[in-house]
Amino acid sequence: MEIAEELARQQKAISVAEFFEKNRQILGFDSAPRALITVVKEAVDNSLDACEEAGILPDIFVQIKRDGDYYQAIVEDNGPGIVSAEIPRVFAKLLYGSRFHTLRQSRGQQGIGISAGVLYSQLTSGKPTRVVSKIGPGHPAYYFELTINTSQNEPEILKAEEIEWERPRGTRVELEMEGSYVRSRRQSVYGSLKSAAIVNPHARITLVEPDGNVEVFERATDALPKKAYAIQPHPAGIELGELIKLLRYTEKKKLRVFLKETFSSIGAITAQELCSLSGQDPERAPGSLNHEEAKKLLSAFKQIKVKSPPVDCLSPIGEELVKAGLEKEYRLDFIATCSRPVSVYSGNPFLVEVGLGYGGELEREGRVEILRFANRVPLIYQQGACAVTHALENISWKSYSLSSPAGGGIPVGPAVLLVHLASTNIPFTSESKDAIADVPEILAEIDLGLKEVGRKLRRYLSRQSLLKERREKEEIIKKILPRIARKLSEVLEKEEPDIGPVVAKIMGNLLVKRAITQENGLASVRIDVENHSDLHRRFKLHEVLSCRAESADPLPKVIPIGDAYDHHWKMSMAPGERVTLCYQMPSEARLLQPVVEGVEEEIVTGAKVI
Amino acid sequence: MIKSEAAQERLLDLALGLYRQFQEGVVPHIALPSRTKNNIEYSSKSDVWVYGDQETLRSVKTVRGAKTLLKTVHLAELLIKEHLKNNRGSTLREIYYISENWDLAKFHEQAESDRLIEDLEIVTSLQREDFHVRPEEDGAAVFGPLRLREETRRGSREMHCQEDVGEAGYQIPFNVETVQFLEHDAKMVMAIETGGMYARLIENGFDEEFGAVLVHLKGQPARSTRRIIKRLNAELNLPVVVFTDGDPWSYRIFASIAYGAIKSAHLSEHLVTPTAHFLGVQPSDIVDYNLSTDKLTDKDMHALRSELSDPRFNTAYWEKQIKLQLDLKRKAEQQAFAGKGLDYVTKTYLPERLSEMGLI
Repeated sequence: MEIAEELARQQKAISVAEFFEKNRQILGFDSAPRALITVVKEAVDNSLDACEEAGILPDIFVQIKRDGDYYQAIVEDNGPGIVSAEIPRVFAKLLYGSRFHTLRQSRGQQGIGISAGVLYSQLTSGKPTRVVSKIGPGHPAYYFELTINTSQNEPEILKAEEIEWERPRGTRVELEMEGSYVRSRRQSVYGSLKSAAIVNPHARITLVEPDGNVEVFERATDALPKKAYAIQPHPAGIELGELIKLLRYTEKKKLRVFLKETFSSIGAITAQELCSLSGQDPERAPGSLNHEEAKKLLSAFKQIKVKSPPVDCLSPIGEELVKAGLEKEYRLDFIATCSRPVSVYSGNPFLVEVGLGYGGELEREGRVEILRFANRVPLIYQQGACAVTHALENISWKSYSLSSPAGGGIPVGPAVLLVHLASTNIPFTSESKDAIADVPEILAEIDLGLKEVGRKLRRYLSRQSLLKERREKEEIIKKILPRIARKLSEVLEKEEPDIGPVVAKIMGNLLVKRAITQENGLASVRIDVENHSDLHRRFKLHEVLSCRAESADPLPKVIPIGDAYDHHWKMSMAPGERVTLCYQMPSEARLLQPVVEGVEEEIVTGAKVI
Repeated sequence: MIKSEAAQERLLDLALGLYRQFQEGVVPHIALPSRTKNNIEYSSKSDVWVYGDQETLRSVKTVRGAKTLLKTVHLAELLIKEHLKNNRGSTLREIYYISENWDLAKFHEQAESDRLIEDLEIVTSLQREDFHVRPEEDGAAVFGPLRLREETRRGSREMHCQEDVGEAGYQIPFNVETVQFLEHDAKMVMAIETGGMYARLIENGFDEEFGAVLVHLKGQPARSTRRIIKRLNAELNLPVVVFTDGDPWSYRIFASIAYGAIKSAHLSEHLVTPTAHFLGVQPSDIVDYNLSTDKLTDKDMHALRSELSDPRFNTAYWEKQIKLQLDLKRKAEQQAFAGKGLDYVTKTYLPERLSEMGLI
């Protein structure tokens, strides 16, 4: 026998279950604490997905029990339940799922997560996974004990029976495994649920820890997230091989119909345009295009401008709920949010949302806390490998009021940054779904989102410092200046000086100073107006007298009101400008306090403001 | 010293200036020379170092400036109404405590009130004694062939600073203007940093042998000590030599006597003796007399380097001595001469140095 023939006899297919049995780290089971976190996270993701699809407000119960070196993870939801025939394959067959073939945002995609947990559980504890599920009040609950037959990647049912269950519907899964429970870090069951609660503010999650401690992450809203609809692939960024595959296997008979029906955002007119651009007969059969023609069609895609994919396929959290989520789990002084428009990479629509929390109880000197989410799932491990971190490190945070360490990197300051990527297909760097790959289009969107919240933070902080300056000035003019004036009058034994003009100068106010001198039965009135602000001010100055003013300069407009006369001057004053108004009246005439109309009260000294 | 009415007038002028600024709508402020190493310059008129043209503006535009002005006005009131009108006085430390009741205008530490008193001296061109403000520290002591009269609160006292005093010498009052020199038999004034060396020279009879008026500086000299040295020099026409340890801090003592201190450069003309000479211990003496030494600390080295950039030390003599010491990295105390015998300093070192300087 030839060597090649001998080798050929040893060749055999490997079951995906066997593969993962030997490569558990790929799925996120590389350490004991992490395995427990991953199992809980996968089960909770499934529950959230199921509730969302069914339009149910999720109420998820998580319990971790300890038994020597073994831990039991129990996750129970109020979701729609799973029909009994599907239960074994959903939990005990890898790569079995409902979402892989559709273009729609969901947490789970490949159908690996929970079955990998089942596999890990049976490998480390040797025990089956127990599942209870019920699809509605009129239906029985089904109880299963399941393991995976790894060589065939098929479920093995150890026990299946109908049981009584008090819940109207829902699913409960219990897995036992080797593990270890940590609490204090963000990389913990507690931390991962806390993060999940931030981006799923519509869910209530209850955690019972091994020591019996109960943590409830309350929901911040009763509104379910908008349901994401399945869509057709978007033409932007589609690859040649994918296009040839679609052309070959389509059921459509005509190219123009194929284009219109297969892709999103392409209508009859655009389809026609694509055909003429690539020189193809719109009526020919799609399958008849050869490699060269497919290439021409692809370049036609790149020439036309197709509108963005519909947002329907994505379910963003929304700026308001990003804010509510952050508010719920942190004490903050300020929150900025940003929701980027839908974008596309390789035909997959995606959208970036960013939230920034500042101040409050956050640590002043430490590095900024980064919360990464993909389709509402917290990403906990491999922060350094993630596109979010890379985009963040490339921003010069100094210009956004956070300090950047020398040589770049994660900024320092009392801030928490939340980045959520929603997409029909999240490009992870590995199957353990820890980090988002550095796709240029995604990096660019994250960058823009981060910069927008950065700008909002800068605006907030500069307003704060203005306010602080204002408060300091208030202290000067309200507390210190009057005391200096009083002391001076005591020392000099003179009347207290008027601090008004000085106050106007320090505060940058509009100063109105009126002086009256009496002579020969005539009162001469002189009003000095000074604009100490740094803005051009337009306003009216009113003087209400019991008679008409005489020899006024400049001339005011006079309107009789009752038995008095309202004199007013239209003023327009540049910063630093000073204007003098004069008039005379009989000594016995009465006059009121000068009135300024058309500027804010805080910036006027020496007159009433209306 | 000027009359208390005149001092009151100057303080009232200051208050009036601020009052007028309020009336004219000018943001109230006081301009003061900035009191740093970079703002002292040599006055060829009086041969001393005085403040230059750099000014700092203290205005009510900032909370700090406003509070300082409030404190200034409070202080002026205290000096006018309590001190000058009633012919009373307080020490610098007492003033700090008096401010307890001033609420917003309370001083946070004594350094703050001391500084403000100095500011008032500058603004009014007066001295704190004119406001009846006393320092805590007592003046230094004098021993030598000199007869003087002091007007004390309890009457006139006449004494000879060798015959009528104890071993510690004559104690200088805080206000030296009450002292009048009557007659003397001296050839020089020697200012001495440490009490140990002062006592050694008296024990060895140096004052008698060389006709020296010995002045004990007690470290960095008080204003009264510097003033009496200046008066001995100016009124009796006696040359002044300064004998200190050989380290950077002692050179600063010499500088405050001969050039003027940065903190009180506004009083330089009053306190400084420009013709005073540095006798030692010089860094070159360490080598020439093979003295026992200590290692310079990092602080010493830093102080020496800082003196190289100090305009007052910008002479060929100091540059040479300081650079030599930076090379040696050693310093020597006055007492180091004791290692060569108790008489060495009076029999050998001082006569040699004094003849080098042309004084004997």
